[in-house]
Amino acid sequence: MSSSDDRESILSRVRGALAPLHERAAMPDYTTELAVMRQMMGSRDALVVFAERLALVNGIALTDPVALVARLRENKWLHGYCDPALWPALAPHFGADFKVETTYDRKRVDDYAFGITRAVGAIAETGTIVLNDATTSRRLGALTPWVHIAVVERAKIFSDLPEAVAGLGQDTNVIWVTGPSKTADVEGILIEGVHGPGVQIALVV
Amino acid sequence: MRFQQIDQFAAELKADTRAAVYDGSKKGHEKRTKLLFDEYADPDRLRRIAGEVKQHVVENLDTYLPQVEAKLKANGVIVHWAATAEAANQAVLGIMRARGATKMVKAKTMVSEETELAHFLEKHGIEALETDLGEFIVQIDGDHPSHIVKPIIHKNRREIATSFEENGLGAYNDDPQTITRRARHFLRHKYLEADVGLTGANFVSAESGRLVLVTNEGNSRFCLAATKCHIAMVGIEKIVPRDYDLALFLNLLARSGTAQELTVYTEFISGPKSPTQPDGPEEMHVIFVDNGRTEVLASDCRDILRCIRCGACLNVCPVYRQASGHAYRSVYPGPVGAVLSPLMMGDKFPQKADLPKASSLCGACHEVCPVNIPIPDLLLRLRNRAKEENVPSPGTPPMGAWALLASQPTAWRASLFGGKIINYLPTKLLPIPALRAWEAKRSLPAWRGGEFRKWLKTRKGRANVSPPAPSRAEAKKAD
Ligand code: SF4
Repeated sequence: MSSSDDRESILSRVRGALAPLHERAAMPDYTTELAVMRQMMGSRDALVVFAERLALVNGIALTDPVALVARLRENKWLHGYCDPALWPALAPHFGADFKVETTYDRKRVDDYAFGITRAVGAIAETGTIVLNDATTSRRLGALTPWVHIAVVERAKIFSDLPEAVAGLGQDTNVIWVTGPSKTADVEGILIEGVHGPGVQIALVV
Repeated sequence: MRFQQIDQFAAELKADTRAAVYDGSKKGHEKRTKLLFDEYADPDRLRRIAGEVKQHVVENLDTYLPQVEAKLKANGVIVHWAATAEAANQAVLGIMRARGATKMVKAKTMVSEETELAHFLEKHGIEALETDLGEFIVQIDGDHPSHIVKPIIHKNRREIATSFEENGLGAYNDDPQTITRRARHFLRHKYLEADVGLTGANFVSAESGRLVLVTNEGNSRFCLAATKCHIAMVGIEKIVPRDYDLALFLNLLARSGTAQELTVYTEFISGPKSPTQPDGPEEMHVIFVDNGRTEVLASDCRDILRCIRCGACLNVCPVYRQASGHAYRSVYPGPVGAVLSPLMMGDKFPQKADLPKASSLCGACHEVCPVNIPIPDLLLRLRNRAKEENVPSPGTPPMGAWALLASQPTAWRASLFGGKIINYLPTKLLPIPALRAWEAKRSLPAWRGGEFRKWLKTRKGRANVSPPAPSRAEAKKAD
């Protein structure tokens, strides 16, 4: 059978299965306020909530590039990739001890200790960073290095999930990132940095 | 066979495995409850509404399926349909061959477990590598997942370390961090070499055609950053009407499944990569898979198609905790599996008709289900169906003698009186082996047959409560 035969057979079986129903379940009427965590935001500043929530999932929010550079140096994360559009503004903060490339070579995936790319926004309620194709210079550059630094604009922090869903836009690949990559597959023990970054930083500007 | 198959399996389970499953599932459940109830004003309403949304979708699939197909096509996605597991696997193989592709990296998808895709592709000379850490371990072990969210809940670190060693992934080391790093290192080169990335989808929005994938490890992200072609295998029931509804389900799924507020990665994919993006698939296929789902839709248990595969009902189930997932002989274990697996068998329903009986009907699964599926009711309907189809039920105690007594008042009264003899019988002489075994560990309550009738007859006015029954030992002493 071809896919189009299968299409017909599936749809006719679906119709046949539903035919005996006298009434079909109606779509319930609800507002997404239902799915907003209570008392999370209140009248608090979105950045404050975002930073606090991100810390709870072991992510790091920074507002000062100097603090970022100090942290990278302290951990000897000295070789990285940076979105070429971001580099001119960031370069003055990085010293000569760093090696930062603005092109990403997939053959040298293990060379990059960090990757700096732009985020399209963030979600305060959950400490989530929002990435998409339009603002990410390279999907691999944001994913394969041990440390990912997402540059988030302060004005683009959504307060909660329903708001962030409404703001998904037209991009074909939107990724919500909530903390570092992790697993608890082995005996339920939490380990960070499985396939994605083991350290997730948001640099809010 | 004296026992139900599932009981037999549970009885023979290694103590290690039972402990691993028990601890793992209990932990998941306790955290979940706290999260939901601390954070929402009305968590119960949240799951009721979510259930209604999915029920609406299930009962209107005839409209939603063509709608989502049209939307996907408009987004530049190639849509395929597969009525059976075999057809789904063939569709994947067809896409691989058309591209001359020989290497696939796979994210976790339950549909591909149903169709045994990885085995199938390997038989046809294609490497199909599982990339979810748990699934990867299951694959190198030639094992099966035993939980839909935590595939290796039944394994401990020593077993994992041994199989890593046997598979050339370094000398024996059972530190979970070392195990994870080794997998990270091995798999990242595999992603980069692969031609095709395969995923499932947790939700598909009919409105936008967006596929939503939730993961924690980042493996599906890697599949979709490193390869040039994306294939998504999707069960036909995965649809939600609008993007708007996604917030509701995303709030529930992670909390119910792994007691997280959100999983680490939530990906919204509506087509091949954007033209300006250097990485990622230029081609995207969605395969809609039936494989028994329309059988479920035609039954009076179609509510189970609301399931969002969170695993909460497994974690809370006293039978699952004792028996472990493999006891269910199905891709879907636990309460959800006890309903879904026999139904998906179609004509071969009797082969799994015993699963709905592996439940005490305690109702915990219904209480935790984020889409409010009345699982105990569905289990009863399936038990009834098995009875109507005369499916034999091994291990059921013979009830013929009881039926005879219960229908003859004189015989019943005589046996109630005669039963007193059991109070004086030494334990060794008890007539039924099961009773002897019971008595070896505990004492039977004293036989008080007929006393209820006496009490009822002499009862005056308001019900007065009879004192608790003395134990058999006490009764013996008193006499
Ligand atoms: S039946 Fe409900 S609780 Fe069980 S896996 Fe499905 S959605 Fe989760």
